[in-house]
Amino acid sequence: MEIGFDYTRSLGPVLSRFMTALAERRILGCRGSDGRVHAPPLEYDPVTYAPLTELVEVGPAGTVVTWTWLDRPLDGQPLDRPFGWALIRLDGADTAMLHAVDAGSKDRMRTGMRVRVRWAPEPVGHIRDIACFEPLTDSPPTLPGPTAEPVTMVTTPIHLRYRHTTSTEESRYLRGLAEGKVIGQRCPSCGKVYVPPRGACPTCGVPTVDDVELPDRGTVTTFCVVNVPFPGQRIPPPYVVAYVLLDGADIPFQHLILGCRPDEVRMGMRVAAVWRPREQWGTTPQNIDHFQPSGEPDAPFNSYAQHL
Amino acid sequence: MTEVAVIGFAQSPCLPSAGTTSGVETLVPVFQEVLAATGLAKQDIDFWCSGSSDYLAGRAFSFVNAVDAIGAYPPVAESHVEMDAAWALYEAYVKLLTGEARTALVYGFGKSSAGQLRRVLALQLDPYLHAPLWPDSVSIAALQARAGLDAGRYTERDMARVAARSRTAALSNPKAQVSGSDTADDLLAAPYVADPLRAHDCAPVGDGAAAVVLAAGDEARRLRARPAWITGFAHNVDSPALGVRDLTTVPSATAAAAAAGLRGGDLDAVELHAPFSHQELLLAAALGLGDRASVNPSGGVLCGNPMFSAGLSRIGLAAKLVMSGRADRVAGHATSGPALQQNLVCVMEGS
Amino acid sequence: MNSAITTRAAVLGTGQTEHRTRRTDVSMAGLCREAIDRALADAGIEWSDVDAVVLGKAPDLFEGVMMPELFLADALGATGRPLLRVHTAGSVGGSTAIVASQLVQAGVHRRVLAVAFEKQSESNAMWALSIQPPFTMPVGAGAGGYFAPHIRSYIRRSGAPPHVGAMVAVKDRRNGALNPHAHLRQPGITLESVNASPMLWDPIRYDETCPSSDGACAIVIGDEAAAEASDRQVAWIHATAMRTEPTYFAGKDHVNPRAGYEAARALWRAAGITDPLEQIDAAEIYVPFSWFEPMWLENLGFAAPGEGWKLTEAGETGIGGALPVNPSGGVMCSNPIGASGLLRFAEAAMQVMGRAGEHQVEGARTALGHAYGGGSQFFAMWVVGTAPV
Repeated sequence: MEIGFDYTRSLGPVLSRFMTALAERRILGCRGSDGRVHAPPLEYDPVTYAPLTELVEVGPAGTVVTWTWLDRPLDGQPLDRPFGWALIRLDGADTAMLHAVDAGSKDRMRTGMRVRVRWAPEPVGHIRDIACFEPLTDSPPTLPGPTAEPVTMVTTPIHLRYRHTTSTEESRYLRGLAEGKVIGQRCPSCGKVYVPPRGACPTCGVPTVDDVELPDRGTVTTFCVVNVPFPGQRIPPPYVVAYVLLDGADIPFQHLILGCRPDEVRMGMRVAAVWRPREQWGTTPQNIDHFQPSGEPDAPFNSYAQHL
Repeated sequence: MTEVAVIGFAQSPCLPSAGTTSGVETLVPVFQEVLAATGLAKQDIDFWCSGSSDYLAGRAFSFVNAVDAIGAYPPVAESHVEMDAAWALYEAYVKLLTGEARTALVYGFGKSSAGQLRRVLALQLDPYLHAPLWPDSVSIAALQARAGLDAGRYTERDMARVAARSRTAALSNPKAQVSGSDTADDLLAAPYVADPLRAHDCAPVGDGAAAVVLAAGDEARRLRARPAWITGFAHNVDSPALGVRDLTTVPSATAAAAAAGLRGGDLDAVELHAPFSHQELLLAAALGLGDRASVNPSGGVLCGNPMFSAGLSRIGLAAKLVMSGRADRVAGHATSGPALQQNLVCVMEGS
Repeated sequence: MNSAITTRAAVLGTGQTEHRTRRTDVSMAGLCREAIDRALADAGIEWSDVDAVVLGKAPDLFEGVMMPELFLADALGATGRPLLRVHTAGSVGGSTAIVASQLVQAGVHRRVLAVAFEKQSESNAMWALSIQPPFTMPVGAGAGGYFAPHIRSYIRRSGAPPHVGAMVAVKDRRNGALNPHAHLRQPGITLESVNASPMLWDPIRYDETCPSSDGACAIVIGDEAAAEASDRQVAWIHATAMRTEPTYFAGKDHVNPRAGYEAARALWRAAGITDPLEQIDAAEIYVPFSWFEPMWLENLGFAAPGEGWKLTEAGETGIGGALPVNPSGGVMCSNPIGASGLLRFAEAAMQVMGRAGEHQVEGARTALGHAYGGGSQFFAMWVVGTAPV
């Protein structure tokens, strides 16, 4: 599954001036407590921890201090063809900045090589306004940059992909669902029936092993009505999320209650699963589309009071 | 001052892919093994502490499910660091020093294979200036490796020798993910993955878990014939500014070693957490290791690096050498962050 | 397991940011430093006096930075020092203070800086908290969706009248109006306005919910010598406690979780407190939804099970009552999640140091700081006092 969000980052005074300068195709460094110039700027000095506020212009050319070469770039990196990463000491700075070097071939990379900034076509006030660095051969004049409005925020998309694996116990449960069955497991130590089964009984720390097939009906122990929309939500509000204690289980699980108005849902209400059409079943808990009132009389409070 | 010792260690095998991101299935047998080895039951543990990462698991609060593996009911005294579990061990060690606990079980777990590790680790960099470029962790290490080569600290052959020695040592480590009898020359024939790093210079991506049991004073003596007494335990961190740091030195490792009283020339064995071959060489210099110490007799993390438990395992493996009587004075080291930014040193002795 | 602590520890100073929905004027580093610089000034110490730094923060996905303490090391003053990063879900701020205090009590360090922050405006907490592996039912709806059913259970079990939740909201928001750092400051809030606010996660209304804040908190903890060297009142740490139970298990009591109950019992015992309601002068309790005030009053032993709402309803938890709860306005007024627990611990210290300004509880000598997290499963708490024990 992929998780992704466009993070909105406020910059504070130092990074704001740095990003604003980038939008004008200029690079600023800062002067540290010891007088050295750091580019990119540091907000706080690494030795004295003092805030650093004196910014000075550096670059746009510099010298490679160390480098590596990547034949297969990864998602999101500055170049999508083989390129070098380098720490580059910009002219006028005493310490180095990390960026990509578009050298075409590894043979052109070496420590001490001279490089200069290649600007992105449309600077916006973001570190990626520096498209990359390139080997300095002759020196065409740098285009003067536009005058930029102060940049106080940057947006950083972060997208990562993860491959989640099921535990043995979860697999049993999901395979059961694919056959229209709800399979819980009993803890060999305390005897409690868990649904879904767990990698370990949370009170005993041992795997649950013995399968127990459970009916697809039970009791609403407690619930809430979700009225709030939020990013990533998979069901449009309002909807009722309830803890449903299946008959024979020792722990309720959360599910949707439909088939009645939200204000008709109550603690103790008896409900039954509504399955999706069989041809849509997979190894997923969503085979049970939701629960709906079964029409049975409400369960007495004492029958579920120990599950709140 | 309370005396504190390592009295037990267990780890899962390091595998390219194992278990779920919750860690539960991987941890249960590790707990059973370490408790059995110390003769303790879960209710004998006064304090639990763990290390893991939400970003490794790809979701918030990923560590909370791992508590299921403890069977934490009745409730337990417990804490968690979003760091390698070596730092969780430090927190537990401090807890024992206060006298509030006499025993502690510390665990780490991580499923590095769930995401693309070298890309996930880019998020450890400055989020304004560096992370938006997605500099992967292997490339960052390669920048450090070349800086060391350029400075004449070591050669590519030295790096290959580290890898060859590690892989040979791992032949006798059943938990290792990688092992082999290739010579340095064999290894140097391999292509670069991020010049000057070759595949064998980089720790493999793998999943796993580990646990260490600590005990104080007489409790340790009662439970283990030869506890690994912690005589020094310290950690330190360097600036995150990659371009400001001298990447060929590791001041935070040197500082931690000094604070822990490491005396590198006076060790029988040391387990270093060096996920890249050149980092072992930088660390050996930073820690002032002499010729006497056997370095990474387990094969080190170049042969198995389950993130967030690998540092803890260095300490556990070093302690095992003492507990089994094979060494008298050892050290375990852990690192965290880009290019050895943060370092921890734990010195242990048999008597 | 008798306490054999090497040295006593005390809070020497505290600092916190101006908490807001979006602190767009600062970076993460700047946010932390606003709190840190104030804490160092309050403690009357320099950077050279700090021996170690402990950072607490809730999930890294909130800011999109993996282990942000690493990139923040210079800003935190941690470079060249020991740096720990604690993460125990919502209780993390409290755990951070406890870890820092133990570094001092163990005799490892003389002065430790504890910092906690959250910059929630970098992303969206409900998005981050609702990410689940694909094999679970996608019914999560953030913290409100998680806790609302348990509040319903509390109301049913205790028979509390429905206006108690609104009363807490009114009291806390008015208290917040006395706190210059608070995010929400609503002196004009009334029961009617709370009850008229939208129902978000029934039975939780909008005005009964904590805000989402950017903010940070920092405290300096020192040993006895450091405390004696201070020319200002310090807050002596009388006792700390942490307890954990699994998120969800057969027999879990979400209304009165055993981990919280046992942590409180251990805390009172270690602090020598036999009657908390009588002996505690002010309490900063982690109340992210107003109904948690009566629930935690019972869990902590200030009231018998099912009786907590009576203290609230009688006005005893207001400033001037028998047990002022959240005189700062609490989490209901400012919720930078990772920092919220440390704010409770710091505000408790400020009360016994006599430095709580307009929300000072007169004559407060002993105070409770409390935090919880996860599925009501991680608990961290401390008792601080004007005098050493």
